Amino acid sequence: MKQSIALGKLTKFMGSGFLGTLKSIFTGKIEKEDFKNFLRKVMVPIASILIFIGLWHMGAKSLYTIEANYKIEKALSEQGQQAADAMKACIASGDVSCQPNTLPSPAQVWASYKTLLQDHYAIRANKKAFKEKTATINAERLAEGKNPITYTGRPSFVDQILTSLKTVFAGFLLAFIIAVPIGIVIGLSKTLRSSANWLIQIFKPVSPVVWLLLVFMIVKTLTKDSQSDSAFIISFISVGLCAMWPTLVNTAMGVASVDKDYINVAKVLKLGTFKKVYQVILPSSLPLIFTGLRITLSVSWMVLIAIELLAQSPGLGSFVWEEFQNGAIDSNSKIIVAMFVIGGIGFLLDRMMLTIQNMVSFNKNDGV
Amino acid sequence: MHTKTINNNIGISAENGIVYPSKIMLDLVDLKKVYPTPKGDYVVLKDLNLQVMKGEFVTIIGHSGCGKTTMLSMIAGLNAISGGNISVLGKQIKGPGPDRGVIFQSPSLMPWMTSLQNVLLGVNQVFPHATKTQRTDIAKYYLQKVGLESAFHKKASELSQGMQQRVGIARAFAIKPKVLLLDEPFGMLDSLTRGELQDILIEIWNKEKITAVMITHDVDEAIFLADRVVMMTSGPEAKIGDTLNIDFERPRTRKAILEHDNYYKYRKHLIDFLEH
Ligand SMILES: Nc1ncnc2c1ncn2[C@@H]1O[C@H](COP(=O)(O)OP(=O)(O)O)[C@@H](O)[C@H]1O
Ligand SMILES: [Mg+2]
Repeated sequence: MKQSIALGKLTKFMGSGFLGTLKSIFTGKIEKEDFKNFLRKVMVPIASILIFIGLWHMGAKSLYTIEANYKIEKALSEQGQQAADAMKACIASGDVSCQPNTLPSPAQVWASYKTLLQDHYAIRANKKAFKEKTATINAERLAEGKNPITYTGRPSFVDQILTSLKTVFAGFLLAFIIAVPIGIVIGLSKTLRSSANWLIQIFKPVSPVVWLLLVFMIVKTLTKDSQSDSAFIISFISVGLCAMWPTLVNTAMGVASVDKDYINVAKVLKLGTFKKVYQVILPSSLPLIFTGLRITLSVSWMVLIAIELLAQSPGLGSFVWEEFQNGAIDSNSKIIVAMFVIGGIGFLLDRMMLTIQNMVSFNKNDGV
Repeated sequence: MHTKTINNNIGISAENGIVYPSKIMLDLVDLKKVYPTPKGDYVVLKDLNLQVMKGEFVTIIGHSGCGKTTMLSMIAGLNAISGGNISVLGKQIKGPGPDRGVIFQSPSLMPWMTSLQNVLLGVNQVFPHATKTQRTDIAKYYLQKVGLESAFHKKASELSQGMQQRVGIARAFAIKPKVLLLDEPFGMLDSLTRGELQDILIEIWNKEKITAVMITHDVDEAIFLADRVVMMTSGPEAKIGDTLNIDFERPRTRKAILEHDNYYKYRKHLIDFLEH
């Protein structure tokens, strides 16, 4: 019983009654209202997913036909009937060399997903073997004070995802460390707020690309002769700088708009500045700060892909870019796999923040 | 002029050399408040003089908008004084401070804190040298006094309005102020809860005898609680129009007061004032 309440609370936190409905199906307690809920919360989403895949399938098919016909006609006009027939046969045979290059179908994407997964397992096995092989040598090298030999093979798709997550969390952390304290300070002082306002208004809309270039100029010089991973540094700093503005603005707003009654209480009790900030101002602005952090995290994830792509630092962004340049037969479907992965992770990150946000907000009805 | 009404009992001398009657806790002298508005200055209060004795419970009535809240927040130090001065025990006030506890109209509790934490916020501030246990004991004592012994660890946001205002009362008494200022503290409650809270307030006040100034718009409440009801004239330039001593002995019960002959005399006096 207690568990089911906790589960209900959790699903509510996660912002969907989906699990709850599923649970009532499995416990066999389906009433009329439950059935309606079941239709609305389970069947309708499933149906919409199926419709989406169906439309995608048909769209991909017609694009395929257009591209195929174009190829055949091109062969006909340039090389004559024989070449056109050969092309037709080649396309029909599924030969890799002549497949029309267009939007992949759901089945192709699914196949690529499995390929990527197998690829990952293979690479993981390789890595493990490599580690075992070099274990003794590395131990010796370490004893001699030399750097160990590391695996330099191609990263798998999952490795790229992990790298991207690492970068986005580093960027998010940076945004948090910069934006929250500055936001508090700005929020506390009217003078500072008006003097910082123009700066914020100007920097807020600057595109990720420009931040990247700016960071690039600075970091390039600073890390000239160090061993550090400058691509990683550049991308996470750019992500942080791009994404910190919503947190900065929200924190300042939250701090500046604390209920006057609370401030009066603090005044009557003569709370010191530190106590006032920690016990009154910060707790009351937490909901707004977390709203800002939630936006910051989703912006981080969104710009990360673009920044990785431009900075050529490893991660999902460069995976997408490399596949696009690669132009292999399954490159397009791999890009679409990446798209779903990016979207899915973005969604999960947002849900995670929403859950935290709901936990810190003292007003039960806050935050959706 | 106002000294005439006081039984002069010269005692405490203030730093500025003026000798004050020792029984005066709170002294408002020629108090003035001007709000600048787009249409020019609006003089809310002018030449307002009021003295409140040590241990006295004064209630203030007056028409809505006449400047009662303005006056009280000036005493609390939350609102700047435009002219005249306010002193507590002969010492001119400088800004807000815990010597003047306030119970606001809305409970103004920190909703993210428990009721105990809300009371402790003040207690910790006022008794910094006490041990943690001592401070917690003080906070718990006052929460018990207002009937919240079972809600120490409830979040303020989970309490009803009436319960929240009980915490407000506990918080105000727990910091042991010299003067307690109350601005229509029960105005937002239903009449049943209001009665309950009046009883709680007067019970705890009977023990502590903290000088209290309370604004109310409820004539019966004003009589039930007060030693003296102060009537303010309507603004602009509001001042004290009349005062009425309430000579019921304490402790009082609602029933005894309702049966007292003077009750209707007092009531008529106040209503006549308000209707003119
Ligand atoms: N900050 C302010 N600026 C301008 N006018 C104000 C301000 N606060 C109150 N007033 C005006 O002063 C008058 C007295 O207000 P208030 O003290 O709240 O009255 P009361 O508490 O007796 O109802 C009202 O007319 C109100 O509109
Ligand atoms: Mg008022």
